[in-house]
Amino acid sequence: MRLRAIPLSAWIGIAGIALALFCAIFAPFIAPHGESEIVGEIWSPMGGEFLLGTDNLGRDLLSRLIFGARTTIFVALAATILSFSLGMLLSFIAAVTGGLIDQLFSRFNDLMMAIPTLIFALVVLAVLPQHLWILILVMAVLDSTRVYRIGRAVALDVAVMEFVEAARLRGEGTGWIIFREILPNTLSPLLAEFGLRFAFSILFLSTLSFLGLGIQPPAADWGGMVKDNKDGIIFGISAALVPGAAIALLTICINLVVDWLMKRTSSLKGGRGDA
Amino acid sequence: MPEPSRTELLSVRNLKIEATSYPPGEPPKTVTLVEGVNFDVQKGKVLGLIGESGAGKSTIGLTALAYGRGGVRITGGEVRLNGQDLLKLDHTGIRKVRGAKVCYVAQSAAAAFNPAHRLGEQVIEASLKHGIMSRAEAEKRALYLFRVLGLPNPETFGERYPHQVSGGQLQRAMTAMALCPNPELIVFDEPTTALDVTTQIDVLAAIKHAIEETHTAAIYITHDLAVVAQITDDILVLRHGKMVEYGSVKQIIEAPTQEYTRALVNVRGTGREEAADQSGTLLKVDNVTAGYSNGFKVLQNVSLHLPKGQTLAVVGESGSGKSTLARVITGLLPPQEGTVSFDGKPLPRALKGRGNEELRRIQMIYQMADTAMNPRQTVRNIIGRPLTFYFGMHGRQKTERVKELLDQIEMGDRFLDRFPAELSGGQKQRVAIARALAARPELILCDEPTSALDPLVAEGILKLLLKLQEETRVSYMFITHDIAIVRAIADSVAVMHRGRLVRFGPKSKVLSPPFDDYTDLLLKSVPEMEIGWLEKVLKTRRMESAGN
Repeated sequence: MRLRAIPLSAWIGIAGIALALFCAIFAPFIAPHGESEIVGEIWSPMGGEFLLGTDNLGRDLLSRLIFGARTTIFVALAATILSFSLGMLLSFIAAVTGGLIDQLFSRFNDLMMAIPTLIFALVVLAVLPQHLWILILVMAVLDSTRVYRIGRAVALDVAVMEFVEAARLRGEGTGWIIFREILPNTLSPLLAEFGLRFAFSILFLSTLSFLGLGIQPPAADWGGMVKDNKDGIIFGISAALVPGAAIALLTICINLVVDWLMKRTSSLKGGRGDA
Repeated sequence: MPEPSRTELLSVRNLKIEATSYPPGEPPKTVTLVEGVNFDVQKGKVLGLIGESGAGKSTIGLTALAYGRGGVRITGGEVRLNGQDLLKLDHTGIRKVRGAKVCYVAQSAAAAFNPAHRLGEQVIEASLKHGIMSRAEAEKRALYLFRVLGLPNPETFGERYPHQVSGGQLQRAMTAMALCPNPELIVFDEPTTALDVTTQIDVLAAIKHAIEETHTAAIYITHDLAVVAQITDDILVLRHGKMVEYGSVKQIIEAPTQEYTRALVNVRGTGREEAADQSGTLLKVDNVTAGYSNGFKVLQNVSLHLPKGQTLAVVGESGSGKSTLARVITGLLPPQEGTVSFDGKPLPRALKGRGNEELRRIQMIYQMADTAMNPRQTVRNIIGRPLTFYFGMHGRQKTERVKELLDQIEMGDRFLDRFPAELSGGQKQRVAIARALAARPELILCDEPTSALDPLVAEGILKLLLKLQEETRVSYMFITHDIAIVRAIADSVAVMHRGRLVRFGPKSKVLSPPFDDYTDLLLKSVPEMEIGWLEKVLKTRRMESAGN
């Protein structure tokens, strides 16, 4: 693949993601202050001593944003990847085997989706011990129901194609059919869904933090920071908007890259993609 | 080139049509689809547009309505209807022409009718919208047209919904819709291509009768020269958007001047004698009955056999169960009764019970090579996979064998790393054949491998299959609805009708009298490259209007 073939929009997206990852990895070295260190007045304005001002307890907003990138991206990404692996695997197995297994998986999925996600998450997280991996796992399992739905729909479309029948006639196993025949042909819609789901994961994590079951203070995460500073908005203080903007920008960057990947993969089919 | 005269209804001069293509990773390009096309249609006469796919025949046909399909632009020339240039008309002006003076009959009537409305309403809609006639007059004319077109129960036909009538009837209803507002010109875009041969002849006769009755001029688009010879007065042969030859039917069929036209006329020239000894048995289907779990039987008591190295053609119209027979043999649909034996041993009924060696010996080629190959795999991987899977080949050895196979199907190794989307229709089918050959099979089931292809390309594929049979002694079970193909390649023939085997035996026996009713009907329905064939056949054969 030639670097010049990558469009400008994708470069912007890549740059944004790279910046976020850089912050996440090297947070202790680039942050001017500590994660939970109280360094000044409450809600001091932008500029001056603190580039982005301070938060509701007088902590440096920039430093918390940099440290927050760590938890937010890690948890949301881990949860999304996990939910996709789980949802796609189960949905593809259901689509390829059909019959009883398909019914079993699909009805169980319906059952899970019938319970409101947030309430389900609240109950489960309140009962289970508060570990980061449990949080990730719960988010992933709940999200995978949505992935399953889409995955099964697109896989069914492909599973009835003649080249899948040809593979069956050749005697190929379910693994080959899922990973070599169906998966490459369902990547486009699933990639699009990935970008969207990742953004939802960040928002869901923020919601959980807001309700006190997500990332526990004093650790910083972007959603939690919005919550911490939300009261400031009434007084005209923009501290809550900064982490909000960070969430928005990261989401946009991810979708720019996903859009480009989608076009690249769909042009292989000989179509124009959505260029 | 005849000069424009008084009787000219439509005259097209120097037509140029362009479109913009968007190749991935490159700036958009302007592509010329049609260039320098001139033709005339006289009042009450029929012009046939003929050519392979991509020749621009539909695009040219639609210019009679001054219409360009998605992204297609008419950029030059003139299209005069009764002396008025349609390309210079504004939006309202052209709307008065479309559906009133010039009407269109699409290839797939099933997709062109609105399934939510009754046929009668849709047939008269254009006449009412254009204010050409009152509702009572329009209904009267629709009834007259239903009669002319030989539709069953013409009085109540209009009350039905599109899904309640057959494909052939729907195509005739669409012709009625086009004829209803008393147009001066009708554009028929492959109206019989999607129909069975036995239905096609009825529709063809009905269309011919209707345009003669109503003295309407028509442009008839098709890729089948034999069909066009029955119905038109003049023929324009197109290739790659340019005119190849333009003349009367008689001249084109009997004395074509261009090389390409000659090839089209003689396309059904492939042929060979049947094998003398048809005693051995590689595949034996014994008294097979198969169907779906709801009790519907698609196949009933079918028994046939196929000797090694020979070709069995299975003929029948759609729904006759010929593809189902292939599915039973492959094990995709286990038979309810009866057995399938291969090389003397009974095959396990279902696919799951068969070993790799049993699977390897029977390969399959599909009708649509597009969907039969994974669009995300290169030719190298498509052909290479059976080599790895059945013979454990890897690396250099595998690449060498893939190259060898590409040579066998008369394509070079420059195709190794192409994706299916980067191949033409004929090339795709060749790659599909190579994939089947890679397994070194003893039997290849061919499910209409040529019916989606242009005649000349199809002929190339048939020649290739015959060549490969000589080289590898492979047997073919060839499913088709085209008697010409049967004549060309078969050793033995099985005729199927509504899930039953009507006739089975060596080609010479099956295709010579005395016939049973169905085989007779089937054989008489295949258009021949001969002017006046349609009239001759219709005399000896009753119209089956109620059935189709």
